[in-house]
Amino acid sequence: MICSLPVLGLCGYIAASCLLAFWFPQSVLAFLAVEASLLWLYYVDAPQKIKLFIGALLLIVLLPILGWMNGYYLEVAIQIGIFVALALGLNIVVGFVGLLNLGFVAFYAIGAYLWAIFGSPQANEFIPGGLFPLSSNWFFLFLILSVALGALTGVLLGLPVLRLRGDYLAIVTLGFAEVVRALVNNLDKPVNLTNGPRGIAPITKPPLFFQPLLEYSGLDVSEAKLYPLYFYFLILIIVGVIIRVTRRLESSRVGRAWKAIREDEVAAAAMGVPVVRMKLLGFAVGASFASAVGVLFAAKQVFINPESFTFMESIGVLAMVILGGMGSIPGAILGATGVTILNLQLLKGLSLWLNGLRQSGAELVIPLLGSYSLSQIPAQFEPAKYERMVFGLILIVMMIFRPQGVLPPSKERKK
Amino acid sequence: MALLELRGISKHFGGLQALARVSLELDTGMIASLIGPNGAGKTTLFNTLTGLYRPDEGDILFQKRSLVGLKPDKITAAGVSRTFQNIRLFGHMTVLENVLVGMHSRLSTSLPAILLSSRGFHLQETAARSKAMELIELTGLAGRESEWAEQLSYGEQRRLEIARALAAAPQLLLLDEPTAGMNISEARSLMTLFTDLIGKYVQAILLIEHNMRVVMGISHRVHVLDYGEKIAEGIPDEVRRDPRVIEAYLGQGSWAEHAQS
Repeated sequence: MICSLPVLGLCGYIAASCLLAFWFPQSVLAFLAVEASLLWLYYVDAPQKIKLFIGALLLIVLLPILGWMNGYYLEVAIQIGIFVALALGLNIVVGFVGLLNLGFVAFYAIGAYLWAIFGSPQANEFIPGGLFPLSSNWFFLFLILSVALGALTGVLLGLPVLRLRGDYLAIVTLGFAEVVRALVNNLDKPVNLTNGPRGIAPITKPPLFFQPLLEYSGLDVSEAKLYPLYFYFLILIIVGVIIRVTRRLESSRVGRAWKAIREDEVAAAAMGVPVVRMKLLGFAVGASFASAVGVLFAAKQVFINPESFTFMESIGVLAMVILGGMGSIPGAILGATGVTILNLQLLKGLSLWLNGLRQSGAELVIPLLGSYSLSQIPAQFEPAKYERMVFGLILIVMMIFRPQGVLPPSKERKK
Repeated sequence: MALLELRGISKHFGGLQALARVSLELDTGMIASLIGPNGAGKTTLFNTLTGLYRPDEGDILFQKRSLVGLKPDKITAAGVSRTFQNIRLFGHMTVLENVLVGMHSRLSTSLPAILLSSRGFHLQETAARSKAMELIELTGLAGRESEWAEQLSYGEQRRLEIARALAAAPQLLLLDEPTAGMNISEARSLMTLFTDLIGKYVQAILLIEHNMRVVMGISHRVHVLDYGEKIAEGIPDEVRRDPRVIEAYLGQGSWAEHAQS
């Protein structure tokens, strides 16, 4: 049965929410309704193929159309994609191998700076010949290079800290991230490698290799409108690859070895798991994801500086993994999506709404107490200013009521 | 032919001599027991054998090859696997996954093969799964393979430890108090299982056990440890009557009482 009732209901909902977002391109709520349909899709009871088809339709067709009308939606979607990729990478280290890593953002920074330095005039500072910036065609090569560089740095960090566990490991990884940040912040002297706190700009964007095709088909699209869409599909592909890689590893002997190490390192070793090698592999795979996303981030932002790679970023990604459910791929995706939406849309939306109220100057009349002019609402009340607090509250509530996360790893289903 | 040979193994922790020049031989086809009072060094001997500790002196020969200095996973790959006295299962993994982890050293798929989801990978994975299911059935856990290990009852967890150890396809199986906390009928069914394993799944079994019914019932040979030293060795009946063994278990003077009664 293709047209089962739940599927029909879902399709109706998707159509309705998309139409809403179509008619009210500025409405945060309408777009939230579209995003929620993905969550519904995850839970709906239907054959895998149908779910995949609906998901692809939503992500490849409907969302880009909405994004075309309101560029902010695409920006949100790209941010979500970046954080989903980061959360999936960290999920391997923290969720599968069970090693607490508080400095994950360091690998993200390494990837971002790799492309930033060579994809901008920055590299001319230490490599003579005026070869830089590299042309945009190098972008994809650097994307692959960043995977290798990320894996390498992951192993380099892993080697000295393998003997450490729990708190001690967490402290060292935190230190590692600070070292990376301090390095990029200070490597502007004696040789200007990173341009220090001033950051690097402009960074070359990925190549528009399909431009001739567009011209041929007579579509005249401005680059400003094309790039967000381009980045959206790039991150969609990267996230897709990451999910596939993670799922394959998870269901292989590598993934089982990782989880065994998380559960009991001594027993894992006694069962023939080469603990050192498997931990290094976990570090390497997680780091390579982050590094690849870093390249994309640098290309998208055009300008990066060390401020983008602070400790709070690491904590943010870790919180996404914990909220979603450690060791679970759907959990990491949901955690990253939820937190990003909360930051970018919900809190900002509430702030805008509050500002709107204030500017309307309406009077709130409360019987017996008199009236209160809404224009007197202090600016300090803006929810966007309490981002971290709201975040902390959510974490506390979660730890009390659902410590395993929203979507904890499920048992393997019987075939 | 000796499958396993310990030559004068010593191990001390600070001032405590946990093992003092322990020698032991185990032949193919045998079930041997290691007994002794609490703290006699039995589990230390297992930990030394499996590479968790490195012996201070002495040599461990397994199939004429020294195991001293090898990492635990290499020793498992060489053909020695074990269970733990205080159950150490992978709690948040399914029963099937627990057994599959035991096969780690027997699976050879490379990272590229996994990432490309190659045919060889799938064939090996399917074979591993059916082998794991066979072991799960053998240990009487059929039907529980999708449960999380921590959800099993105590007796089932002990059985799962055995299935997981067998998954490594060992020649020598080390069992650390496999029937601890079990009632007579449970212990009896495990005894049958152990005897059945020899020749089919493993070449020899060395077990630590406090339950004398089990020890005397299935062992071909019994080794007795006390304060890290081996004080007796022999067939079960000899060891049972050995005055030093009775003294070690019941304390000085009890030999006389035992003789009188």
